[in-house]
Amino acid sequence: MVQRRNQNSLFYGVDRLLVVIYVVLVIMGWFNIHAAVYNEEHQSIFDTTQKYGKQLLWISTAAIIAFSILLIDANFYTAFAYGFYAVFILANILVIFLGKEIKGSKSWFKFGEFSLQPAEFMKFATNLALAKFLSNQNINITQRIGFKLKQIWKYYRNTFVALLIIVLPLLIIKLLQDETGLAIVFLAFIIVLYREGLNVGFIIFGIMVTILFVLSLAFSQIYGMLIVLAAMAASVLLFVKRTRANVLAVIAVYLLAASVVLGTNYAYNHLEAHQKVRIDVLLGRGEVNMKKEGYNVNQAMIAIGSGGFSGKGYLQGTQTKYDFVPEQDTDFIFCTVGEEWGFLGSTLVIFLELLLILRLIVLAERQRSDFSRIYGYGVSAILFFHVAVNIGMTIGLMPVIGIPLPFFSYGGSSLWSFTILLFIFIKLDANRLLVLR
Amino acid sequence: MSNNASLSGRKYFIGGFFVLIAFIYVLRLFYIQVINDKYKLDAQNNAFRYQTEYPMRGYIYDRNGKILVYNEPSYDLMVIPREAKGCDTMSLCETLQITKEEYLKRMKRASQAPNSPRKQSVFEKQMSAKTFAALQEKMYRFKGFFVQKRAVRKYPKPVAAHLLGYVGEVTKAKTEKDPYYKEGDYYGTSGIERSYEEALRGKKGVQIAITDVHNKIIGKYMDGKYDTMAIQGKPLYCTIDRDLQEYGEQLMKGKKGALVALEPSTGEILCLISAPTYDPNLLVGGKERARNFSRLYADTNSPLFNRALQAMYPPGSTFKLIDALIGQNEGVIKRSTSFPCARGYPPMGGKPKCHPHGPVDLVGSVAQSCNSYYSYVFREIVDQKKFPSFVDGYNHWRNNVMTFGPGTHLGTDLPYDKPGNVPSVQYYNKVFGKNGWRSNTIVSLGIGQAELLLVPLQMANVVATIANRGFYYVPHCIKGVGTEKALDKKFTEKNYVSVQNQEAYTNVIDGMQTCFDAGTAYYSRVPGVVACGKTGTAENPHGKSHAVFMAFAPRDNPQIVIACLIENAGFGGVWSAPIVSLMIEKYVTGKVTRPDLEKRMMAVDLIQGKNLLTTEYH
Repeated sequence: MVQRRNQNSLFYGVDRLLVVIYVVLVIMGWFNIHAAVYNEEHQSIFDTTQKYGKQLLWISTAAIIAFSILLIDANFYTAFAYGFYAVFILANILVIFLGKEIKGSKSWFKFGEFSLQPAEFMKFATNLALAKFLSNQNINITQRIGFKLKQIWKYYRNTFVALLIIVLPLLIIKLLQDETGLAIVFLAFIIVLYREGLNVGFIIFGIMVTILFVLSLAFSQIYGMLIVLAAMAASVLLFVKRTRANVLAVIAVYLLAASVVLGTNYAYNHLEAHQKVRIDVLLGRGEVNMKKEGYNVNQAMIAIGSGGFSGKGYLQGTQTKYDFVPEQDTDFIFCTVGEEWGFLGSTLVIFLELLLILRLIVLAERQRSDFSRIYGYGVSAILFFHVAVNIGMTIGLMPVIGIPLPFFSYGGSSLWSFTILLFIFIKLDANRLLVLR
Repeated sequence: MSNNASLSGRKYFIGGFFVLIAFIYVLRLFYIQVINDKYKLDAQNNAFRYQTEYPMRGYIYDRNGKILVYNEPSYDLMVIPREAKGCDTMSLCETLQITKEEYLKRMKRASQAPNSPRKQSVFEKQMSAKTFAALQEKMYRFKGFFVQKRAVRKYPKPVAAHLLGYVGEVTKAKTEKDPYYKEGDYYGTSGIERSYEEALRGKKGVQIAITDVHNKIIGKYMDGKYDTMAIQGKPLYCTIDRDLQEYGEQLMKGKKGALVALEPSTGEILCLISAPTYDPNLLVGGKERARNFSRLYADTNSPLFNRALQAMYPPGSTFKLIDALIGQNEGVIKRSTSFPCARGYPPMGGKPKCHPHGPVDLVGSVAQSCNSYYSYVFREIVDQKKFPSFVDGYNHWRNNVMTFGPGTHLGTDLPYDKPGNVPSVQYYNKVFGKNGWRSNTIVSLGIGQAELLLVPLQMANVVATIANRGFYYVPHCIKGVGTEKALDKKFTEKNYVSVQNQEAYTNVIDGMQTCFDAGTAYYSRVPGVVACGKTGTAENPHGKSHAVFMAFAPRDNPQIVIACLIENAGFGGVWSAPIVSLMIEKYVTGKVTRPDLEKRMMAVDLIQGKNLLTTEYH
């Protein structure tokens, strides 16, 4: 059939697969919230006194937001990229003074019945700003690693600015609002930087540091580790030409590794008790009491595990419905999926989220303008980070970090935020033949 | 960007990384959801509360369908400590008549391991109906408390305590061994209650309730689809005759000893009395039970001790019956055989001693219970020429005796029976040294003394064998469980003893009949019934001799055999024989025509050494 659509149509060029996955996930999420907080006295999924009823309101408003985004000219987003960024940085600072305290952190604006969390909206704003910055034709972050100190600023200036765009909101949200989960999400943009040319050396360096970090947490023998590392360094020296530069390099790497190990140990000892415990739970360090510290993860795994292959069926989950699992409608919503829909349902959710994320990469790669591509990668990376951490923590593969499962978890801020994030890209993609700067 | 083309290859790394993570997650999910069962089990414990519905124990009926035991409802007060906040403590303490300290103590016990503040535990066991009624009205004030209905045993007639046994709380060891029992459950601890526990206990019901994380009940699981009802235990049909048992207990009142009656044609136990006895109603209920139990336990006359099965007594002269049978079987004596008696056994200078009587043949020796005669018989058997040594002779005798039951567990359906004792060659070798003993050393075995020991049930079984002329059925007290009347095969099989010589039985039975007609039991003749009996006076190291008497009646087609032993009562003909005689009369003719004898027997208190009638007469 020939393209019948009017080029002026709102939906012209909109990627239907993305929209379909989005709608399916949101509806599945809504049903699972219903199951998670199901209440005999309020059986209707439309009952707005209950969270499932409220979620429907969030979903309808999210739909309005999605339509609005499609209505706005794509150029608007490039033009106001830095504007959004500045506005939300400001909002995130202001919330500390004007916000309402919910669960110990002042990160919510309250409007009558509803609350919004500006940190959620920082994601798309940062993504816009980063895309705007990196798509500048004069900007290039592709550089070799060198050791000449004088040139570092010259070579890496752009990389530093890009990192700054990412790290600034991270620091504000972490240090001022104390929302570790929301802050840590910004690390996902590293994936975008990688796609845009960040030297692999940085990535490998980052991975190495992470491995050292986990290892030094997993084994409490710090000095043993230092010795092993020294032995490794010495053996490297056996196989390379022992020039002055090489020896110095190996020593430098060793010192760096040693400082990571010692630093980790220092940092761990100076963590707050609950964060310490979360790491202990994940790594199985020491005695973890499943009734106390280990409770959340243990209960989450019990709920998911009890689902079996095909699950207990809709509204039949006993673990989530009766509050054994904490936060079962928000951060631990995946437990409801696991319990009621079993392995099949869980796999389907992972598949849909993965399909969405991969589709975003495919679409990003077909953009003519760098801005759209970078933005697309940003969406993909953010969603991936959320899915990986959120599901990972419910099945004991990640530490407990309070971030929502995209499109699934209960909550207006996160649903709106993900909708905006996604639909801006859908709009950009609809105009993929334009060159946006 | 200028070099986009060279960088676009990185999309594969990024995409590949995403797919890899997703794949790892799916594997992990497969492990915890499909492979590993740990989480499913944990989930069940999380969300379900299994509430037990306790079954009623089975009733027990006597051979005529009269009730021996039934149940009465009783109530346990249960508490879930966590939910008991803000309960009207004062009022509760008042109703239960406990102090506040006691209340706190019990709450503490209910909250601590192995109990838990979230789980139910017993607060007050088996409340009386009165306490329950008082409590019921105020129940709404006691948050976190609820009443669990149970049942306690009730005995319409306070008889057969030892036979029926009692029910007690399970021990920790029991709960560990048998998963059916949970802490706080009851089970049969002794008697029939114990040996038929599995039939009597019924089946517990369970109701599965769904709870939330606070252990609050939210509803029934699957609308009760998987709930089960408690099933009452099966009724038992006992072989005893409640009236005979009651009559026997009245006769044995004030005496220590035992009386066992069997139906020889079936091996059914007609009554099983251990005296002194107690009212079985004392050992039910909560507080009272504990108090009564310790009182009975401390009683120096050991009323809890089941003498009929566990007290091993020398059979005394009643054992001569077995000697007479074996002797005839071996051909060492016949009906006309007589031996000298000089107020004792002449070859050993008049020991064992005997009472004055005329010259006797086999029949007379039974009737007159001649000690000398059976000393000869014993030695004739043991020292037979056909055995290479007298040790073989002794073993031959011992094996013969043991076929009658002594020295073995009869295999009755009551728990804790003792085997008695027929001393072994090894035993005598140890005592006297090898070759240090001869048949004359142990001659008192022949008259049922020395180390020879039988429990009263075995004594009754010996008489049953004689009444049956050569075989017995394993004595048992249950002839039907629930709807199935089928008995265990071992109770329907004839057990043949070594002596099958019918003439030998006729001669011995003639002697036993003469015992009533003109012998040691002359004063205990049963009006209108041809009874056969044998007296015994069992010397023992604990003071005065035990009075033993065994009998069966009628001589032809015997309906009942009885063995009766009264501790430290002296001569068997004086105390035991009249009681047995009355029992036979009651059972065989259905009425007692000798009220004076009956009155005298019931009134004598041998334990306290008083004849209650004496005061009446003087």
